[in-house]
Amino acid sequence: MAKLIAKTPLDGMAVLTIGTVSIEEVDLGVLTSVAPYVDQASDAGAALKSAHGMAWPAPNRATGKEGARAIWFGRDMVLLAGPAPDASLATHAALTDQSDAWCAVQVSGAGAEDVLARLVPVDVGFARFKRGHTARTQIQHMNGSVTRVGTDTFVLMVFRSMAGTLLHDLRRAMESVAARG
Amino acid sequence: MRVAGKGLIDRTQEVKFRFDDTLYRGFEGDTLASALLANDVRLVARSFKYHRPRGILTAGSEEPNALVTVGSGAATDPNVRATVQEIYSGLEARSQNAWPSVAWDAMAINDLAAPFLGAGFYYKTFMWPRAFWEKLYEPVIRRAAGLGAVGPVKDADHYEKAYAFCDLLVIGAGPAGLMAALVAARSGAEVILADEDARMGGRLNAETLRVDGQNGSDWAASVIAELDAMDNVRLMSRTTVTGAYDGGTYGALERVSHHCDIPYGGVKETFWRIVAGRSVLAAGAIERHIAFRNNDRPGIMAASAVRAYLNRWGVSPGKAVTVFANNDDAHRTAADLVEAGVHVAAVIDSRIDAVAQGDYRLIAGATVTGSGGRKGLESISIATQSGSEKIMTDCLGVSGGWNPTVHMTCHMNGRPTWSEDIASFVPTPGSVSGMHVAGACNGVFSTAGCLAAGADAARVALREMKMSVADVDLPEADDSAYAISPLWAVPGKGRAWLDFQNDVTVKDVKQAAQENFASVEHMKRYTTQGMATDQGKNSNVAALAVLADATGRGIPETGTTTFRPPFTPVALAALGAGAQAKGFAPERKTTSHAATIAADAPMIEAGLWYRPSYFPIAGETNWRQSCDREIGYVRNTVGVCDVSTLGKIDIQGPDAAKLLDFVYTNMFSTLKVGRVRYGLMLREDGCVMDDGTTARLGENHYVMTTTTAAAGQVMRHLEFVTQALHPEWDARIMSVTEQWAQFAVAGPEARDLLNGLLDAPIDNEDWPFMACGEVGVQGIKGRLFRISFSGEHAYELAVPSRYGDALFHLLRARAEAIGGGPYGMEALNVLRIEKGFITHAEIDGRVNAHDIGMARMLSPKKDFIGKTMAARPGLTEEGRGQLVGMKPVGTVKQLTAGAHIYTDGAEPVRANDEGYVTSVGFSPTLGHFVGLGFIRDGLARHGEVLQMVDHLRGVATQVEICDPVFFDPEGGRTRG
Repeated sequence: MAKLIAKTPLDGMAVLTIGTVSIEEVDLGVLTSVAPYVDQASDAGAALKSAHGMAWPAPNRATGKEGARAIWFGRDMVLLAGPAPDASLATHAALTDQSDAWCAVQVSGAGAEDVLARLVPVDVGFARFKRGHTARTQIQHMNGSVTRVGTDTFVLMVFRSMAGTLLHDLRRAMESVAARG
Repeated sequence: MRVAGKGLIDRTQEVKFRFDDTLYRGFEGDTLASALLANDVRLVARSFKYHRPRGILTAGSEEPNALVTVGSGAATDPNVRATVQEIYSGLEARSQNAWPSVAWDAMAINDLAAPFLGAGFYYKTFMWPRAFWEKLYEPVIRRAAGLGAVGPVKDADHYEKAYAFCDLLVIGAGPAGLMAALVAARSGAEVILADEDARMGGRLNAETLRVDGQNGSDWAASVIAELDAMDNVRLMSRTTVTGAYDGGTYGALERVSHHCDIPYGGVKETFWRIVAGRSVLAAGAIERHIAFRNNDRPGIMAASAVRAYLNRWGVSPGKAVTVFANNDDAHRTAADLVEAGVHVAAVIDSRIDAVAQGDYRLIAGATVTGSGGRKGLESISIATQSGSEKIMTDCLGVSGGWNPTVHMTCHMNGRPTWSEDIASFVPTPGSVSGMHVAGACNGVFSTAGCLAAGADAARVALREMKMSVADVDLPEADDSAYAISPLWAVPGKGRAWLDFQNDVTVKDVKQAAQENFASVEHMKRYTTQGMATDQGKNSNVAALAVLADATGRGIPETGTTTFRPPFTPVALAALGAGAQAKGFAPERKTTSHAATIAADAPMIEAGLWYRPSYFPIAGETNWRQSCDREIGYVRNTVGVCDVSTLGKIDIQGPDAAKLLDFVYTNMFSTLKVGRVRYGLMLREDGCVMDDGTTARLGENHYVMTTTTAAAGQVMRHLEFVTQALHPEWDARIMSVTEQWAQFAVAGPEARDLLNGLLDAPIDNEDWPFMACGEVGVQGIKGRLFRISFSGEHAYELAVPSRYGDALFHLLRARAEAIGGGPYGMEALNVLRIEKGFITHAEIDGRVNAHDIGMARMLSPKKDFIGKTMAARPGLTEEGRGQLVGMKPVGTVKQLTAGAHIYTDGAEPVRANDEGYVTSVGFSPTLGHFVGLGFIRDGLARHGEVLQMVDHLRGVATQVEICDPVFFDPEGGRTRG
């Protein structure tokens, strides 16, 4: 039997460093959208907490840690990133596998904020966008998700089909920031 | 000429540059204007209309005359103001609007024709004959007029857009702005200080004022150094805030690399969108001119600019300088020049009570009535209390007073208020929400006043934001009063210029008034005063004062024209930055993209997606050959096509069925688990929105398929329904378009291809037409749908996208092994036309279910979106276009999409229009063209022969109207 070989959206791109900023494709694990049914948000939150150990994130927040995060993903929706969803969640929320739908790129380095300032229209400065803050917003012309996961580290997500455009846009912004020295 | 011991330039750093192919030398810190003046270059441009010789008028961004073109080829930058262009090694600039040269310009003949070229000249002259305007007059006028030209080739430079956020945005880094920034910064606020100059400090760098016991420029430098060292402050020099917008948003243009060669990967300009909690506008003021005869000669400048060149750049624009003013402030020019050892021939002050402020000849109560010299000033004529006099001078500094830079306060429909005290407009408080105005742009002209006002504005802004305010001492500074007596234009014969950039004279404005263009907005458009790159920064107030006088109204009643963003010109390249080439729109690529490109398949765009048009093989020279071959795969063996681009929406919840019944015209609650149904979706207005299949994967779990083009629209529609119409329904929607790579496997041997690939074989019993369910694909969990867009025995197989590339290779190899292969959009299109299946070529937003022959899908058993409006008489009455098939029966055997249909023999004109063709393709299966289209009452006209005329392509033939299903109307092949 022939084996189907899996490819990531950026097909294992090498780490790209320009100036002080690096980007690399990251594997966030299993991605599941969790959308609580009517009046079941708190039950879904409790199930998330007990099964996966992280709190249900408020709007524009992400909980958990590397390898297991719950990222606010829009109105009444959280993206569980990392573990396969516990079956208990399904009684309170619609679960949809999104593992292959998104391209995730980590942007890190001293100039990461400056790079994002060229692509993202919301304030991602540390004063207002701290670790654990997230936004569903635009990344240049794409709708995506931006989460700060460290002092100088962000995770960006766009539709898988747009991975090449994300790379293109990030590269342009990184070059521009680097050229300023 | 340079003046020893003056200026903030670095005389140890010589910089060579070229202007009009001549090599000049300047110093680090020079602008092109200061360096040219240092080299005694006075004539730098020709005027817009009359091609009169023009020199440098100002020392700032308001410059109307000294526009040059920088660079060449793909890096051409026209209409650059020499006063803001810093020189750098290798800079090449040229004068513009002159031929063959700025010194000898053939078009200067216009100046002799001036009596005929006054206000409204074009409107009066080029009215007849009408056809001549476009063909003759306009091209000739356009060639003669205009400013710089864009480069001959595509701009190769990069531009970008960026976002910034702060508590307090301070616009302008003069004394008021610096104090505002200092107070806010020391209070701990996030501060952005933006200034259009390369060197912050504003007028402190251009004057000899003292602040806090030191030189003003030194004090400014020390404040800037303090701010620069603070983490909560961002200094943005070379950045012009260009507009104020809603919600505390400001546009700003940063000239990133105009002062140097652009480094690798760098940008020329950045257009910033700055969102600020509050802003302090400290934009300063612009000195205005006084109109008198021939007041536009090179050498005649703003008085403040003359001393700015002296104090900041160590340049005197003349050897024997005169000053003409109506206020005390301009006397500083004379005093500074005398102090620096430059000869001041005279100061002419229109006020009889003017007092000299230094050792120079003051002629009080006098006016300048004219100037002499051709390409540069040589003398001025003055009218004194006792008579007239001629004074030899090569530089005249003129000051009619100062206009506060109120522009930004008017960007959100604010209007400025007239102040008699300073004879100028000042901002109306509260014009822009969250903006506080401080200093000269608020009509406060003393240094001490500006420092205090800046600090106050910052304090008020901080308190409004409920932030603490640090104690900051005000430095001591000059607090002399501003004394002025208005003088707009010196009476007399000849042309007295108001708007240098557009060659508008006092007479033009008066003539506009006479001809009843008396409103200031009408006068502007009639005379062109205040247009083009400087937007009348130097001339607006004087022009409307002349207009007020001519119409017998006061200045406040006359009012100003509307100030709109941008404050200074912004290149379209900056506004559109990021949208060039690949940046224009995201590219959506399927998982089979790389393999498709490797197969040399030309791509077509479907929305943002790229899809293969066809897959050529060796020996094929025409796309039709490929297309016909691919159709043959599907009709005879098996074809494989990536259909991942179709929208896929996961719908879950107890009310999922209810939601589908509401958005589709037909029933989905009755659909069995493991089955697929075709559905039709209407807009609220009753017209068709989209169609597609929806599969029921579980009791409360459906997957909806949309067309590629309408995926976003349908998702938005479902969001609207679930959020706004029935939020109480327990149904959740999520796009899974990207999650699944989905491939059509179509043809008589489709099942054979799949069996052997799937973990368990399928047959017609388990997997009849319209069945669906989970399958194992080489051990991977996938989904299989037995649906067909070709009319053949067909499936769509979906796997998680990470396996898409691998599955495509596998499917293709297996198809090719049995005589089939991949097919593209061209073949897909012909296949579906043969079957009469619709796409958005047919459901173009104007048609309803009746029109496409699907009235039976409007379920009478339930309510659904669009039901009521679809029943409107206009949508159901006779005479509407109805979907039909067409085949050519004339001598020409071609059909073309977009052609119109007329009754056979009738003249092919609009009045005889019977319908149109929406989709066509050559059917190798049937051996002739097949087409779909809409014909008036077409359902009842099958068999009629009509004429098809494509007026655009010049194709005409006869067509027979027929059923839209050309191939296998019984559908036996699909079910087989």
